[in-house]
Amino acid sequence: MTSSLMIEMNGITKVFPGVVANDAISFQVRAGEIHALLGENGAGKSTLMSVLAGLYHPDAGSIKIKGKPVRFRSPRSALAVGVGMIYQHFRLIDNFTVAENIILGASGGDIVLRSKAIEEEAARLSEKYGLEINPQAKVSQLSLGEQQRVEILKMLYRGCDILIMDEPTTVLTPQEVKELFKMMRKMADQGKSIVLITHKLNEVLEVADSVTVLRRGKVVGNARTADLDEKVLTQMMVGKELTPSRREVLERSRELILQLDHLMVLGDQGNVAVKDLNLSLYSGEIIGIAGVAGNGQRELVEAIAGLRSLAGGSIKMDGQEISALSVRERLARGINIVPEDRLGMGLVPNLSVMENAILHNYSKPEYSRGFLLNYKKIRAYTHKLVKDFDVALADINHPINYLSGGNLQKLLLGREISQHPRLLVASYPVRGLDVAATESVFHLLLQERAKGTSILLILEDLEDIFRLADRIAVMYAGTIKAVFDIQQADLETVGLLMLGGGETQL
Amino acid sequence: MIQYKFIKRETESLASHFIVPVLSIVLALLFGWIFLWLYGINPAETYLRMWQGAFGSSYAISETLVKAIPLMLLGLGLSMAFRMKLWNIGAEGQLYMGAFAASGIALFYGDLPSLVLLPVMGLAAFVAGGIWGLVPGAMRAYWDVNETITTLMLNYVAISFVESFIFGPWKDPASMGFPLSPRFSPQAYLPSIGDSRVHIGLLVALLVAVLLYFLLNYTKWGYEIKVIGESHASARYTGINVTRNILLVMLISGGIAGLAGMIEVSGITHRLQQGISPGYGFTAIIVAWLARLNPFAIIMVAFLFGALLVGGFGLQIFGLPFSTVQMLEGAVLFFLLGGEIFTKYHLQRSGKEGQ
Amino acid sequence: MSFEAIVALLAATVVAGTAILYAASGELLAERSGIMNLGVEGMMLVGAVLGFIFTVRTGNHWYGMAAAMAGGGGMAAIHAFLTITLRSNQVVCGLALTIFGTGLSGFLGKSYQGTPISDPFRAIHIPGLADIPVLGRIFFQQDALVYLSIVIAVLMWLVLYHSRWGLSIRSVGQNPAAADAVGISVSRVRYFCTIVGGILAGMGGAYLSLAYAPSWQENMTSGRGWIAVALVIFALWNPMRAILGSYLFGGVEALTFRMQTAGVNISTFYLAMMPYLLTILVLVIVTIRMRSEAGAPAALTLPYHREER
Repeated sequence: MTSSLMIEMNGITKVFPGVVANDAISFQVRAGEIHALLGENGAGKSTLMSVLAGLYHPDAGSIKIKGKPVRFRSPRSALAVGVGMIYQHFRLIDNFTVAENIILGASGGDIVLRSKAIEEEAARLSEKYGLEINPQAKVSQLSLGEQQRVEILKMLYRGCDILIMDEPTTVLTPQEVKELFKMMRKMADQGKSIVLITHKLNEVLEVADSVTVLRRGKVVGNARTADLDEKVLTQMMVGKELTPSRREVLERSRELILQLDHLMVLGDQGNVAVKDLNLSLYSGEIIGIAGVAGNGQRELVEAIAGLRSLAGGSIKMDGQEISALSVRERLARGINIVPEDRLGMGLVPNLSVMENAILHNYSKPEYSRGFLLNYKKIRAYTHKLVKDFDVALADINHPINYLSGGNLQKLLLGREISQHPRLLVASYPVRGLDVAATESVFHLLLQERAKGTSILLILEDLEDIFRLADRIAVMYAGTIKAVFDIQQADLETVGLLMLGGGETQL
Repeated sequence: MIQYKFIKRETESLASHFIVPVLSIVLALLFGWIFLWLYGINPAETYLRMWQGAFGSSYAISETLVKAIPLMLLGLGLSMAFRMKLWNIGAEGQLYMGAFAASGIALFYGDLPSLVLLPVMGLAAFVAGGIWGLVPGAMRAYWDVNETITTLMLNYVAISFVESFIFGPWKDPASMGFPLSPRFSPQAYLPSIGDSRVHIGLLVALLVAVLLYFLLNYTKWGYEIKVIGESHASARYTGINVTRNILLVMLISGGIAGLAGMIEVSGITHRLQQGISPGYGFTAIIVAWLARLNPFAIIMVAFLFGALLVGGFGLQIFGLPFSTVQMLEGAVLFFLLGGEIFTKYHLQRSGKEGQ
Repeated sequence: MSFEAIVALLAATVVAGTAILYAASGELLAERSGIMNLGVEGMMLVGAVLGFIFTVRTGNHWYGMAAAMAGGGGMAAIHAFLTITLRSNQVVCGLALTIFGTGLSGFLGKSYQGTPISDPFRAIHIPGLADIPVLGRIFFQQDALVYLSIVIAVLMWLVLYHSRWGLSIRSVGQNPAAADAVGISVSRVRYFCTIVGGILAGMGGAYLSLAYAPSWQENMTSGRGWIAVALVIFALWNPMRAILGSYLFGGVEALTFRMQTAGVNISTFYLAMMPYLLTILVLVIVTIRMRSEAGAPAALTLPYHREER
């Protein structure tokens, strides 16, 4: 391995409204090195790499590629210097062949498409780096792992020496992950630099030469992976402070509300998103799902809501199978969802606050007379809702889009709570909210818990989960790895499981 | 290099919802003025004549209404579909099918008393137009087939179908070869209001407008339509049956268009003939768009377009082709479409390259 | 029908199909890049009237053709600006274009109705090939514009499927985000394809007024623009199939005409419906089976802009 620096990022700062995504970060990668960028959601990894790939302009700091200072105006200029980014969501034309996707938009070469020549070049590259692919295959017929290889080949074809891979293993099977790591090694051996953005510890230790750990926008550590183990890494990632819990210990009657058995749910791309998931939900408790986003949480929530059918397993409420019930029927039984997609699913864009407030109630007899809506009652209900849940707005007739994120969430949560649910599922309810709004939301959730509602809570921040939950269920790769009572849970163990490690300790 | 970029507005500018349509009409008239002037035609005189042709006398106004009524109904029917983001551009064909069904009833059951005959004609027209809307609706609801294309194609199928009858089995033997059906019996005539050609179809249109306004703003179903139109995801999230509503709305949209067809044959032409609609179905799309799908605005805009048509016809006496008016119509729409972006985005200048 | 009559019919089919082929080729290109332009009828009419006027005034049909191309291209440029830069609704914009074009052509052509034309496109017998029995009569005794239309369609096929430009165009229509990610300018490609589409539509209209009729008559396209729109879908956005399809649809037109002059028959109307019904059928089959290689460009009618985060 040479000691020349391929990438040098110094003092990179990037600020978005309300949040410092990157705070004076310095980041260096050598030629022929696989360097992992590790951190939880919101740590700043994607932002930093977006700066490197030319998508964002840093507010401060400098970048040097191969020793030369650069300023990227756009992704194209980054590409021109040899920086190629491979995104989680592939940018491929599904009805083109592999070869066609590779050369799309590439400069040089004649107007006439000589398919044979391109296919030969593609074959040559794939041989060189061990990326097995059939150049004549149509992308739509490829597996996700194979599609990823096409993305990599695209970059190699353009002569990229730096490859940034954003959470590349999310959509891969374990076998494909092994093959990917082999390819990465081969590319690195040929002098390429690879930056691996990940939240998974085992990957870092398995394939990376070095790792830089980010937390809340800052670099908290940088080391050669040979010198590290899981425990040390986890500590760096999640920190050791434990905030005192805010919950009171309740006398709980512990009535079993919902039982999930061997649940299997498919994702949008036909992949298995939820696999053999078992979970029991009781009244008067908050069960927090600890896990990095993208491990099947969204599909789980949709399955409980009735928006996604089961590919296997069962959902029982009060002992009765409910997986065949419609969304309406589940709402009637007291299952309420605060979805991840706040404005777009939970709330209807462009409709007024009032129209949004009665989304679930509009056909109930209290708010309608026959086929007519009773606006007097609806208005009163909306005003009460707005007051009870402290939603700041000018006029309930204004479009909902005018509300701030925090107020949107309070309205949404308030609406679901006012349905007197027996089970409340809240999916990332504080995403993008400031401290004050976050506290309001948490307060509401604790209140619900005190009333006896069963709450399934999915949060990004592990520390928040520790504050609120009575039990913590760790979700990884579509299944529940372990469930802890809060008294028995500790940050390290949970953190480890969340990141795919620590199996042998159980 | 100074660059201009469109930045999404945080809140839609409410003022722009009024300013933009009005400004578009003004700019279009200005364009027309300049165009006519460049061609050596007196613009002021032309516009004045158009005004007189449309509003100059009670006869003129009644003619304007006559042209406006089908546009009102069609616009109202379309607004329902558009509100659910169903792009029904088959109103023309749905009108023809409605006219066909109503004519069929009138020709074969013309002896029935008006009180029975007219409602039956109306019903038949609604059903026929409704089916013509339901078919592409079903293809969209169940197979996700693009309704823009299917409704467009069905226009020409309907026109050919109806013409096959006008030129064929329904041709009036006394018409000397002209493509006309026999005249309907008087019971099949839609009664007129007063002495003019304006028939009670106007009342039907106004009634439908009121009903639609009421439906959209006061009923449960109207609410569901609004939710579906804004977000299928939200609709499903609260358990609204999206498929069933697509079918229902396409049925009604087509049905109202069919009703417009009945009104034309029963109230104006009193027979089925070639060319009963000079493209009303397409003009109505523009009417609905311009009126931003508001039922009362549709009535007003339809009236305006009726005035445009009648004023344009009037120009022909003075040697100006009717096509002048078509140009104006097109120009109004261009400016309107161009202006729309300013309701959602504002233009930002960036002084230097990059951030 | 006698054999001679059949051959005559087939020759007429080619003629009838040519105007449609021009317009369909143009619309095909635009739609391949993701822009639906329903203003074909209006663009054809503007092309027809400008072609006619300039030919009469200059005595040279190529000047007329140039004017027609400019007219069609100009109209398409309006559509492109409104739908690409200002992100307007493509359906409504196209309809406005049709109305505007119909009006504009009627207005400009008013004083030219009934004017005789001095330099129409005349038949060119291709030496050697024109003497082949049957085929010679059908294909090789046509005017220059017929030959040109086929050349253009074949060229378009070559470009779309065998050149890098074509790859870029198809990528923009299928997945503009992916094309943008590799540095292709989505709006530039769409502008280009839409305007060329308009130029071709203008040529199709000029064909009617300079060769087919040849004369100017208000609304002389009588719906051919809509047939062209249907044809693009029927041909599944493939220029070679568009050639065949345009002669199929042209055949319907020629046959309908002959049947009507022989005495109006109900079946002529059902024949006239065929192109539209077939198009619906094809669309349904392709959509259900979701064969995206053969189907519509996925991004058709959807405006594209890189979202600011």
